[in-house]
Amino acid sequence: MTTATTERERAGDPLISVDDVTFGYGEIPVLESVSIDVEPGSFLGLVGPNGSGKSTLLDLMLGLRRPDSGTVSLFGEPAHEFDAGERIGYVAQDATKAARDMPVTVREVVEMGRYPRRLFGRFSTADRRAVEEALEQVGITDLASRRVGRLSGGQRQRVFIARALASEADLLALDEPTVGVDAESREEFYSLIHELNATGLTVILIEHDIGVVTTHATDIACINRQLYFDGNPEEFVETDALSQAYGKDQHVLQHDHR
Amino acid sequence: MMHTLHRLGESIPFEDAIASLLLTVNVFTSIEWFLDHVFGPGMDVLADLLGTPMLGYPYMQRAYLAAVCIALIGPVVGTFLVHREMAMISDTLAHTAFAGVAVGLFLNSALSLSLSPLLTAFVVAVVTALLVELLVEHAGAYSDTSLAIVLTGGFAVGSILITATDGGIAVGIDAYLFGSLATVSTENVGILVLMSVIVGSLVTLAYRPLLYVTFDATAARAARLNVRLYKRLMVVLTALVVVSAMQIMGVILVAAMLVVPVAAAAQVAGSFKQSILLAVLAAEFAAIAGVTLSYVYGIAAGGSIVLAAIAVYAVALGFQGLAHRLPTVRRLHSQRPGQTREGLEADGGERE
Repeated sequence: MTTATTERERAGDPLISVDDVTFGYGEIPVLESVSIDVEPGSFLGLVGPNGSGKSTLLDLMLGLRRPDSGTVSLFGEPAHEFDAGERIGYVAQDATKAARDMPVTVREVVEMGRYPRRLFGRFSTADRRAVEEALEQVGITDLASRRVGRLSGGQRQRVFIARALASEADLLALDEPTVGVDAESREEFYSLIHELNATGLTVILIEHDIGVVTTHATDIACINRQLYFDGNPEEFVETDALSQAYGKDQHVLQHDHR
Repeated sequence: MMHTLHRLGESIPFEDAIASLLLTVNVFTSIEWFLDHVFGPGMDVLADLLGTPMLGYPYMQRAYLAAVCIALIGPVVGTFLVHREMAMISDTLAHTAFAGVAVGLFLNSALSLSLSPLLTAFVVAVVTALLVELLVEHAGAYSDTSLAIVLTGGFAVGSILITATDGGIAVGIDAYLFGSLATVSTENVGILVLMSVIVGSLVTLAYRPLLYVTFDATAARAARLNVRLYKRLMVVLTALVVVSAMQIMGVILVAAMLVVPVAAAAQVAGSFKQSILLAVLAAEFAAIAGVTLSYVYGIAAGGSIVLAAIAVYAVALGFQGLAHRLPTVRRLHSQRPGQTREGLEADGGERE
């Protein structure tokens, strides 16, 4: 899975390192003094109530936003300077909205995974092979020439995963990927993510369903503006971090939770 | 000219593109040569074959060539706009281009210059396009309200400048507002041919990033594509297309060429590439049918083209509706992508 590593990237270093990050939209604070590391090969579940800053934290991790204070490093580089886009596979919350009406085929979407490597010029044999393998890996080869908008929600999510696989990404970031997907397809979807993680792909997942996260993730971070918990699922279910994060009036109280 | 294009292909400099467009006057000489020695005689032969003398008239030949170019570049750029739900921006830019025309006429009259109003229209439309895009980058999303303000504001500036200029110029304004076939000059055709080459090569070159940004801008940003650059490229291309098509289609109707054929193609296309092809085919049919009807019945060309395009849209919609109702048709439709194209062409042919 690993592609050309960056100069500053060393074995044993975290893949993402968020250090004392504070971020706000204008005057509205969203995250305060959040520090968290993502180890290579781990499966991090980000949980927290609506508006807790999960998506913002993910954006900061991927270098799509810059913190007001603190630092974020991604593959050993400052996240906003990191430019090897092919190493990141991202499935955004609203990704499926445009997919519904646009006449774009499954194969066309999966090919987008190769774009960071080959934005111009002809696809090489390796590019085409990567696309075929990605389609194969998530089991949508037979859907390749169908329009994405005419697939079921579960099938469509697999297309986005295949796009990340085609780019041979090292990191898969998922922001509530199964909104509007039926229960059975969700289960299959998360089994697939679980398998991919087992092959060494690092996964960050934002998900409402705590059950999914505790079942599949190797690490859990619970946030609501601040970090309430960062550890493994076994410890997480034994702490009261969840009720604290969800239950507390975030504007008044200042828990000392660590 | 080849040299200019080669350079364009490498570095995508828009200002250069416009500059070379305006400076390379010899393009017009070659267009004139093309019209006189290649396109003209070809059409003359066609006129004899079909027994339709109108194809032999030079001004109709210019009109057909211009319409064919518009029907190419309109949908090619429009496909990306429509699927980013930004169709309104083409209308907005058309109306500010009208202000650009008025600025040109006003400056000519006030300062005794001899600027081409088309030049000022290009400048004003491109600048507005970039300003709107900058505004969006700040606000985060397109807003109907702000586009409506820019659209009406541009048109208001235009109307004031027209009335502030000596009465004489109001005469040519109708041609800009509603479009006209009779006033299509060799220069206009030259600009359209050149634009077809520029827009065609830029979209071909930047096809992948444009597609990615249109489909999933957030993921494109995570993949480290220069999303801002390509969004700006999109609006600048829109401005170029709208201004060059303005004289035939008219300010008020020009946006239809970027929207209606694309909407028709989206109903039946099997893939994104195919949707661009089908949109161009639909637009070409509408353009040729519209110009012909306009000549035969002495009616407005812009309006005829737009109605022909809407007719194609209705047929595509009907075809799609049918495909949904009849399971067998639907199965054929999804199994054989070629089927859809045949369908549209057949429907198009029927109307001719």
